[in-house]
Amino acid sequence: MQRRVVVTGLGLVSAIGNTAPEVWKNLLAGRSGMAPITGFDTTGFSVTFAAEVKNFDPLQFVDKKEARKMARFIHLAMAATHEAMESSGLKITAENGPRVGVHIGSGIGGFDIIEREHSAMLAGGPRKISPFFIPAAIINLAAGQVSIRYGAKGPNEATATACTTSAHSIGDAYRIIERGDADAMIAGGSEAAITPMGIGGFAAMRALSTRNDDPEHACRPFDKDRDGFVVGEGAGILILEELEHAKARGAKILAEIIGYGMSADAYHMTGMPEDGDGCFRAMQNALNSAKVTPQDVQYVNAHATSTELGDVTESRAMQRLFGEHATSHRLRISSTKSMTGHLLGGAGGLEAGITVMALIHQIAPPTTNLENIDPGCVLNYVPNTPQEAKIDVALSNSFGFGGTNGSLVFRRWE
Amino acid sequence: MAAVEEKVKQIIVEQLQVDEAEVTPGASFQEDLGADSLDVVELVMQFEEAFDLEIPDEDAEKIKTVKDAIEYIEKNAKGGK
Repeated sequence: MQRRVVVTGLGLVSAIGNTAPEVWKNLLAGRSGMAPITGFDTTGFSVTFAAEVKNFDPLQFVDKKEARKMARFIHLAMAATHEAMESSGLKITAENGPRVGVHIGSGIGGFDIIEREHSAMLAGGPRKISPFFIPAAIINLAAGQVSIRYGAKGPNEATATACTTSAHSIGDAYRIIERGDADAMIAGGSEAAITPMGIGGFAAMRALSTRNDDPEHACRPFDKDRDGFVVGEGAGILILEELEHAKARGAKILAEIIGYGMSADAYHMTGMPEDGDGCFRAMQNALNSAKVTPQDVQYVNAHATSTELGDVTESRAMQRLFGEHATSHRLRISSTKSMTGHLLGGAGGLEAGITVMALIHQIAPPTTNLENIDPGCVLNYVPNTPQEAKIDVALSNSFGFGGTNGSLVFRRWE
Repeated sequence: MAAVEEKVKQIIVEQLQVDEAEVTPGASFQEDLGADSLDVVELVMQFEEAFDLEIPDEDAEKIKTVKDAIEYIEKNAKGGK
């Protein structure tokens, strides 16, 4: 018999809140997390704002000695995992530990540590490189540290597929449980790339909004005045669990994950083909694997980062897949990046969590800053205010540099 | 000389996040103070920084206890305080 997989815990950290309930409240209020960068001196940078996590103290989640040995993306992952584990009530013991795994990725990893240690090396020579440089910075150490903290001795992996990272982490973790290699997985992603090289690098690509004088209105997916994405930081972690395992321990089930689709554009390093064929196939594969039709879907949390080409291309791909169901505005589509910024490798985790909350609350969160809709975008993007709706099946999209695409399907749990 | 001892203890307390009372002369970094091999490498880097020293790896390997560190530094420190 097919093993079913459900979501039993949720942990979110972002610029609009350091817990899932806080993130949800602020999404519904349409609050923006964007502000001038406080983490470093932005003099000389063409972009001086971002969506930074606020009032975050890593020492709430890791002790001082250990905190020093972790890049910020690991701190954020530890915080989101803490909330996810608490909310799931899952206790990892010597007995069940080998059946619980971790799948937490990051697009970029520890830029903060890499920059710091590189500077130390340039200033003082190679002897000044910390022995903790490598394990503090490399991408799979979020998954490693989580496993150490909780005693999760099952599969331990980290994906690094740019902005699709944590959609892939969650999708792959779902498959691991489905095929019987684990009974529960701590899955998602984390990112902390608001550093001189992170902001400077994306700015050099001319990928970012330069609306420095008005950060709160800078991220405007599907709006004709959009001018690039806004870098966000944070983490999104789900506890995925085999259905019978969750039931046996009386867990509160938040939603079921029923489908996962992937594809590649095989087109360009950073651009997508105009017809959005890769996005289309990722969504189509996800719906096929979920055994649902496009008409069964009521909400899509879009990837839509507020770039000129990306948003219209994704919209076109949705129009092709969902047809009249979308053009009639029955299908609700929103880009919550308008408030959280783009968490890059953490986006899929944060947005999967938001999608689960949309199913729980039966509300589609809005796309903010949507004042003049791009004429090429003709669907219902839930402009500026949330929409109550019957949502039984919802999709979360992520597309990344390298032309890598992922789409997750969740079903409401009744 | 007591200044060296004081400073060494202070660095150990900060780096290894242990109680000052635990930092006795005979305490071993790895066996008594919860350090792993990488913690010891970092600790030695902190001693180098604080006492303006360069401790070669073959010497660093022999610094295993609080007393080892104090003695080594007292013998080799140039302008440390």
